[in-house]
Amino acid sequence: MTDTVYQISHLTLVPKRHYGRMIAAVLVLTVLAIVIHAFAVGQIEWNYVAEFLTVPVIMKGLVNTIVMAILAMVVGIVLGIVFAIMRLSDNPVLSMTALGYVWLFRAIPALLQLLLWFNLALVFPTIGIPGLFSVNTVDVMTPFVAALLGLGIQQGAFTAEVVRAGLLSVDRGQYEAAQTIGMTRLQMLRRIVMPQAMRVIVPPVGNEFIGMVKLTSLASVIQYAEILHSAQNIYYANSRVIELLIVAAIWYLVVVTILSLIQGRIEKYFSKGVVAAGNTK
Amino acid sequence: MDMQNLSANAPLVVAADVRKHFGSLEVLKGINVSVPKGEVLCIIGPSGSGKSTFLRCINQLERIDGGAIWVGGELVGFRRDGNNLYELDDAQIARQRRSIGMVFQRFNLFPHLTVTENIIEGPVQVLRENKAEAKDRAHALLERVGLIDKRDVYPVHLSGGQQQRVAIARALAMRPQLLLFDEPTSALDPELVGEVLNVMRDLAHSGMTMIVVTHELGFAREVSHRTAFMDQGQLVEIGDSRSVLASPQQARTREFISAVHK
Repeated sequence: MTDTVYQISHLTLVPKRHYGRMIAAVLVLTVLAIVIHAFAVGQIEWNYVAEFLTVPVIMKGLVNTIVMAILAMVVGIVLGIVFAIMRLSDNPVLSMTALGYVWLFRAIPALLQLLLWFNLALVFPTIGIPGLFSVNTVDVMTPFVAALLGLGIQQGAFTAEVVRAGLLSVDRGQYEAAQTIGMTRLQMLRRIVMPQAMRVIVPPVGNEFIGMVKLTSLASVIQYAEILHSAQNIYYANSRVIELLIVAAIWYLVVVTILSLIQGRIEKYFSKGVVAAGNTK
Repeated sequence: MDMQNLSANAPLVVAADVRKHFGSLEVLKGINVSVPKGEVLCIIGPSGSGKSTFLRCINQLERIDGGAIWVGGELVGFRRDGNNLYELDDAQIARQRRSIGMVFQRFNLFPHLTVTENIIEGPVQVLRENKAEAKDRAHALLERVGLIDKRDVYPVHLSGGQQQRVAIARALAMRPQLLLFDEPTSALDPELVGEVLNVMRDLAHSGMTMIVVTHELGFAREVSHRTAFMDQGQLVEIGDSRSVLASPQQARTREFISAVHK
């Protein structure tokens, strides 16, 4: 064996050519250019988009969308946690009730549920506790309340399943360790199990929150003045349909992008004691 | 606790005809044993013999199907009123568990809490102790198990032996009258077994009542007062550790000990 055969330091390194990437890039850019060109020459008055992007009615619609998404999600998360814990309870009545809730409200389409809540007055003209108080259902079941109940309750059914998966993901030994230091069931759930389950729960709930932002657009059919409803109200008057739909789409993009960034932060927080060591177990 | 009503040498733990089955499988077929205060009892036996199940019955991680267990003179899991036995509710069971510490094979430290937070969790949340005082005591306990420099790290940064020593400190923080060890060294790398056994030896010498399910026959011989051999859900033999391990009376015990020593 001669030493020169094993000498490579004087040679020039020629990097691998990524032809596939180049071809893909060319194709994608071409398609993009065609789409952009189509929209540029299409019958869209972009100056109307710019003009209506920040008008007060749209801004108010945006705020209503965000408020409804947050409140419906809060209702959904609270119901989800309660029903997930009920579902895993030893008490068969509680567990079957939770099962029934998830079954019912997950099965019926959200739009249909909104319409049912909004039209509740057709079934119960008045609601209240007999002998104590009573109100006209029409007065109480405003578009806001109907949307909040409809969206929140159906979200609770989905979130309950996510929370249940999170609770089941926590090791049996954690439950036992909490019990042996004398914790009651509720203390154990609050202090030991939930904080660990959050790591599993947060990503899908973040995902569902984003879904909820878009789901609020359904409330436009029951006259709740969220952003799509506001956009529609404007184009009913000025007929700039596509321009105003694009305005609404832009705002959904903005809100969802911000939420995605926040979700990343929250996920990082709940992975305390796990990612810290650099493993992803 | 009814400790005041007990005479000084009354047994701390009494098990009378304890039975447990999982479905049709009988895991405990009538266990009778009593453990005086301050005793260290080792339970040895092949896997599946029911020794861990028996330990878990003492602090109600498993419900017994027959017989009874008393800890500190108090009936475990039930309240006696006249001729009736009332099952305890969640909060009452939790109260009974407070005075019984447990150390698990897989440590079971809370991964989302630091070492100190793990130790003060029970005292602060369950015993409602002052947080600053609980911290001081936690640090004293960490000194005792030799891990004071690890007080602010998360469990994931600790070796198995260190995690198990923290788990022992966590159990001690509840000021238990009884400590249960469920194969505390079985999940450890061989070179880490010694540090955990040293802490346990120190505890034994301090007069803590301990029931230890273990495969460490050396620890049983040197540290425990008595050793019990369990097989197929029965307590086959129990007696002074040195004599049980050196000259077992039962054939099954002899077979097990010679198999372990091979």
